[in-house]
Amino acid sequence: MTDLSEIKLSNAQIAWRAAQDIEDGAYVNLGIGFPEMVAGFQPKGRQAIFHTENGVLNFGEAPEKGQEDWDLINAGKKAITLKPGTAFFHHADSFAMVRGGHLDVAILGAYEVAQNGDLANWSTGRGGVPAVGGAMDLVQSAKRIAVLTDHVTKKGAPKLVEKCSLPLTGVKCVTRVYTSLAVIDIDAGRFVLREKIPAISRDTLQALTGAPLHDDGPVKDLICPEDLA
Amino acid sequence: MDKTIATLHQAVAKIPDGATIMIGGFGGSGAPVELIHVLIDHGAKHLTVINNNAGNGHVGLAALIEQGQVDRLICSFPRSADPRVFTERYLDGRITLDIVPQGTLAERIRAGGAGIPAFYTPTGFGTTLAEGKQIEEFDGRHYVRERWLKADFALIKAECADPHGNLTYRRAARNFNPIMATAATTTLVQTSHIVPLGAIDPDHVITPGIFVNHIVHVPNPAQEEDLNRQEAVYP
Repeated sequence: MTDLSEIKLSNAQIAWRAAQDIEDGAYVNLGIGFPEMVAGFQPKGRQAIFHTENGVLNFGEAPEKGQEDWDLINAGKKAITLKPGTAFFHHADSFAMVRGGHLDVAILGAYEVAQNGDLANWSTGRGGVPAVGGAMDLVQSAKRIAVLTDHVTKKGAPKLVEKCSLPLTGVKCVTRVYTSLAVIDIDAGRFVLREKIPAISRDTLQALTGAPLHDDGPVKDLICPEDLA
Repeated sequence: MDKTIATLHQAVAKIPDGATIMIGGFGGSGAPVELIHVLIDHGAKHLTVINNNAGNGHVGLAALIEQGQVDRLICSFPRSADPRVFTERYLDGRITLDIVPQGTLAERIRAGGAGIPAFYTPTGFGTTLAEGKQIEEFDGRHYVRERWLKADFALIKAECADPHGNLTYRRAARNFNPIMATAATTTLVQTSHIVPLGAIDPDHVITPGIFVNHIVHVPNPAQEEDLNRQEAVYP
């Protein structure tokens, strides 16, 4: 088996790649954790406006340590800052923005993505405490649903699968997956390979993917900057 | 008309055992910590609590749960930096959890306050959280029917209140507070400032006083996050 740790993209590189697809002026919701890195990699000259479920649009970066205002946090409960054009609103309005289809892109993590676009990212199905947050609302209603994920699990099993085995977050909702090895669209119930890192062969990538990869035009090299923070 | 009352204790004195209580806030932001703590002192038990989360550390909602006063929690995300109080009781079967997607939770509360007994949402369709619920197709898409949520009491944190109960909120501490204020039979507000009638510009009122029953002045309210950084425990 190929040692992926030498060749796969870092989380920062996956986030960088996803950021390249966000249009100027887009309204974007970033999931808690690794997807939040996308905000730091916006291409020069483009300005997306970020939404957070707890009622803030167009917030600024994290404050300096010691400067936190705990009335001013994001959905991950981390301190954020104001910037010109920030807006506050209550939770029902926040989810009217989500459910009403006003967000251009939502970017989330995943346990599994199926070839038909089904997403499982909220429950490992093994007991413990279930916690869904806003994920089920986001995946049904934003115009584009992008997933950022390692291509395989820590044990090496495919995360892109024929059919999800874990409890679903949403059905037929994911439109594009940015993995540590490739960029894959979901189109008409199929995985369509758009880009892959040059260091992996098509056959190896297929072996690490739980459902057929289809072609629709040329597959580009997926090349990201090396020096991302 | 003056909805101001003198003490926090008076505010919660009529909350009986078995009450359903909405508690504002998202994590610590907008959480009415002082009202929750006086509810612990008051001692009402077998409560159903509606909040986005399940508390953090050993103060606020976590402390209310730790005192054994909450039988049932309706929330979207019962995880936090330190969720041990809730987690232990949940895994022991001492507290019942109703998990609700965050937008559905917000809309159920909004519907409760607006007199809408049920509505349809695309959220949760095809998932285990839609099991047993009515599904209907509108314009080619499937939607799940959800019911309103109402409460006997709402505990709200405001920044500014006038004697009629017109309210403003601070920053992202608004979150669930304005909608919960509409959905309870009795809405109790702790506010950092009480100002005379006319001092809040009518253009800036977020919760009109019709939704508010009682106001208590709590200057310089505690932030749950600060209390947890000090490893505070209540009581």
